[in-house]
Amino acid sequence: MADEVVLLGFLPSPFAARLKIALAEKGVEYEYKEEDLRSKSPLLVQMNPVHKKVPVLIHNGKPICESLIALQYIDEVWNDKAPLLPSDPGLRAQARFWADFIDKKEMIWAAKEEEHEVAKEFFDCIGVLEGQLGDKAFFGGETLGFVDVAVIPFYSWLSVFEKYGNCSVEAKHPKFTAWTKRCMEKESVSKSLPDQRRVYDFKVGGILTKLPIDQDL
Amino acid sequence: METHSKKMAEVKLFRTWSSRFALRIVWALKLKDVQYDTIFEDLSNKSPLLLQYNPVHKKVPVLVHNGKSVAESLVILEYIEETWKQNPLLSEDPHERAAARFWAKFGDEKVLPSIWEAFNSEGKEQEEGIVKAKENLKYLEEELKGKKFFGGEHIGFADIALGWLAELENVFEEVASMKVIAEDEFPLLSEWKRTFADAPIIKENWPPRDKLVTKYQAFREANLLNKAPK
Repeated sequence: MADEVVLLGFLPSPFAARLKIALAEKGVEYEYKEEDLRSKSPLLVQMNPVHKKVPVLIHNGKPICESLIALQYIDEVWNDKAPLLPSDPGLRAQARFWADFIDKKEMIWAAKEEEHEVAKEFFDCIGVLEGQLGDKAFFGGETLGFVDVAVIPFYSWLSVFEKYGNCSVEAKHPKFTAWTKRCMEKESVSKSLPDQRRVYDFKVGGILTKLPIDQDL
Repeated sequence: METHSKKMAEVKLFRTWSSRFALRIVWALKLKDVQYDTIFEDLSNKSPLLLQYNPVHKKVPVLVHNGKSVAESLVILEYIEETWKQNPLLSEDPHERAAARFWAKFGDEKVLPSIWEAFNSEGKEQEEGIVKAKENLKYLEEELKGKKFFGGEHIGFADIALGWLAELENVFEEVASMKVIAEDEFPLLSEWKRTFADAPIIKENWPPRDKLVTKYQAFREANLLNKAPK
């Protein structure tokens, strides 16, 4: 039986982008459905009744919700190619820890009212992650790993954070910037992330353009 | 044997006597019959070792195995599962694994905060808090249909993550004079609470109830006092 894979997402969502990258890395064919979060589809509500959020991965009719949980699912099911988590339990624990770290931080900065506070929380987080990256090309070592996939989607949001923080990411965090460039050289990443301009227009301009996902800006 | 006893000392758990997150690790290690040493922390005076092993969050629990530290209770549970494969806590099936992880996360991000919110309220505010908490609990009730534990026939990852509901939640109800998990509204969850609380290993490791009551009474009083007058 052929695998049927559907991804429910939302263009600006970095969490949905995580799954796009992972599926691309593993060469998994899937159908993407863009959700209008102001008017959620019956499918979304049926597949994620608890949270009614994206992303939702639907594999052969069964849903997997929560992006980091779905990333692990993807890694476990399509385990023949491009492993996201290393095989050593200690290194796996570290990867899970740092992915959890960014999600916990995201909850904090998403809850902030003031823009400069949002920026401060975000850049503090980046600073810590830079320390963790060290001299490695990627958090996963030589190739994209779990933490890379979890973090890189925030690249699309950098224009927003730069505006909020009134600063340049490259100037503040050159190591992080170099890492984002290395990630963006990978097709699985560059084809999965929305253009920074579109996210900026969405968040700062309150606009969500009606262009189809694969159209370049 | 020399090697065996060396192995025994290689696992350390930093915890407090009451931490519900650390309790998860106690249960997991004991369910897998892993020998370990316990280091009790006083969170008002954290040891240099704790700060060294968990510099990012500076919290308990922390597991140290062969000198390497693992922090965050759900991350530690995954580590334990992958390192000691006897008595598995997670299914082999990826979809069931994802479901167990989902419910563990749901417990921490939705169920616990909503019950805690109700706990730290009184009067009408508490009533509203209880309504919200019950909305979350309904999903757990639904999930238990046809199952003895969230993990199926045996205690699993989600049961351990949600285990605080089986005892600590009773303490919350008593201290805050509220009823959240009523038998008639939540028959499956009520039964699960009893079965889990009474299970071997689980029941031997609950923190002393009277101490918990005293601790949470103090918490509640302080939290109610801190609330801005309405």
